[in-house]
Amino acid sequence: MTRHEVVSPIPGVFYRKPDPESELFTDTGRSVGADDTVGLVEVMKSFHEVPAGAAGTVVEFLVENEAEVDAGQVVAVVETDGAGTE
Amino acid sequence: MERLLVANRGEIAVRVIRAARDLGIATVAVHSDADAEALHVRLADSAVHIGPSPAAKSYLNAATIVDAARSAGVDAVHPGYGFLSERASFAAAVAEAGLTFVGPDAQVIERMGDKVAAREVAAKAGVPTVPGTPGGVQDVGAAVAAAGDIGYPVMLKAAAGGGGRGIRVVDDEAALVKSFPAASREAQSAFGDGRMYLERFVRKARHVEVQVLGDGHDVVHVHERECSLQRRRQKVVEEATAPGIDDGVRAALTGAAVRLAREVGYRSAGTVEFLVDDETDEVFFLEMNTRIQVEHPITELVTGVDLVAEQLRIAAGEPLGLRQSDVVARGHAIEFRICAEDPDKGFLPQPGRIGRITLPGGPWVRCDTWLEPDTAVPPFYDSLLAKLCVWGPDRDTALGRARRALGELDVEGVVTTASLHRTLLDEPWFAAADFHTGTLEEWLA
Repeated sequence: MTRHEVVSPIPGVFYRKPDPESELFTDTGRSVGADDTVGLVEVMKSFHEVPAGAAGTVVEFLVENEAEVDAGQVVAVVETDGAGTE
Repeated sequence: MERLLVANRGEIAVRVIRAARDLGIATVAVHSDADAEALHVRLADSAVHIGPSPAAKSYLNAATIVDAARSAGVDAVHPGYGFLSERASFAAAVAEAGLTFVGPDAQVIERMGDKVAAREVAAKAGVPTVPGTPGGVQDVGAAVAAAGDIGYPVMLKAAAGGGGRGIRVVDDEAALVKSFPAASREAQSAFGDGRMYLERFVRKARHVEVQVLGDGHDVVHVHERECSLQRRRQKVVEEATAPGIDDGVRAALTGAAVRLAREVGYRSAGTVEFLVDDETDEVFFLEMNTRIQVEHPITELVTGVDLVAEQLRIAAGEPLGLRQSDVVARGHAIEFRICAEDPDKGFLPQPGRIGRITLPGGPWVRCDTWLEPDTAVPPFYDSLLAKLCVWGPDRDTALGRARRALGELDVEGVVTTASLHRTLLDEPWFAAADFHTGTLEEWLA
């Protein structure tokens, strides 16, 4: 089992939902594919998707919804295992 | 008016503070965490911290800003542009706190901010809008009848859908009859509503806007600005006055803008935006912006009218100090928006830290900016760094001066859109003012 760190490529404000009324993109305990979006980063009024980057189970979010992030900051951790996801 | 709170940041906060100081009005700045050291904070007579860096928690927090205004003992609030400037509830909250809002009344902001209500105002003022079917049409018979009134070419889109999805342009009745069923079926399956919206399609449109000033009784126009060069509906370069339209169109635009502003008893500076059909010279009202506009300096350069100072005078209760015959446009001015975006990487935002900067200056060059050497460009706000404006006795001289000024501009540490403007200046179609609202995106593609 390996821990994959999901990193924001840009600084800005991190969102865990596509808009305030919607459900979370994903949450701890849920499985994700490598291309699944785990959050958005708003930088200078434009929005950029943050993909999981690896398939597995989301085990941790390190940044809260609407909190500030720096470029390179870890926003979530995905646990991948050779046996695939459940 | 003795003390003014400036409810904004960046270059427009700096601009408003300067106008206030010219009039002997004391200024109070507001700032987020990220802007604690910003130029507007240091230029103002005092400053109030209003919250964390994200705009939603600071510059968009109306209640906190009204509280700041009250506790700072100001008698007026200037909203700048963006943020809360066109939020009727903010204007109302400022007024309810017993303070003067530098802008039109909340009811006027609300009315002109509502697309349907604004079109009604235009109709009453005898100002044409783009002909269309606001309620949508259900079947091909109704579509043909509506298109006959609207005039071809007609744009066909789902009445229930937003954005550009599934838009068809039809040139005549035969094409409409052929396209309608499939378009309606697609709308039905995508939105559960097969009604179609029809609107006149303007193939070559220029975006031209008219600056107005009103005191609640009288209205004057301060000439027009050409703003067709846009990317994703964001203006990139603007000119005053508009090249490429004749005096008949110019008179139609300014006349319509004044009638519209009079219709609502407009009080403050405002901008009436129009679409000009380059092929037929028809003009259509788009919307009215009830605030100071980003590109206002080019109007100031050709007319010598300080638009922000006029806003403050009008808000203080003074009648318009200008008659229409006093407002004369002289020469030509161009604004280039310098943004922290990388034109070579799809205009990716470029927050970061600026090292050394050289700002252009000299004869007839005006650079409105909040930049200083060794400044952080925060990721939380608009990417606009500076507005480089040049004036010349004619357009060619202004273009030459722009080349010189853009050559002087040097920003270290952050990639900007200055390179795009330098390239643009070498384009023959730009030099000839031969462009419309689609030109810039076609050129970038």
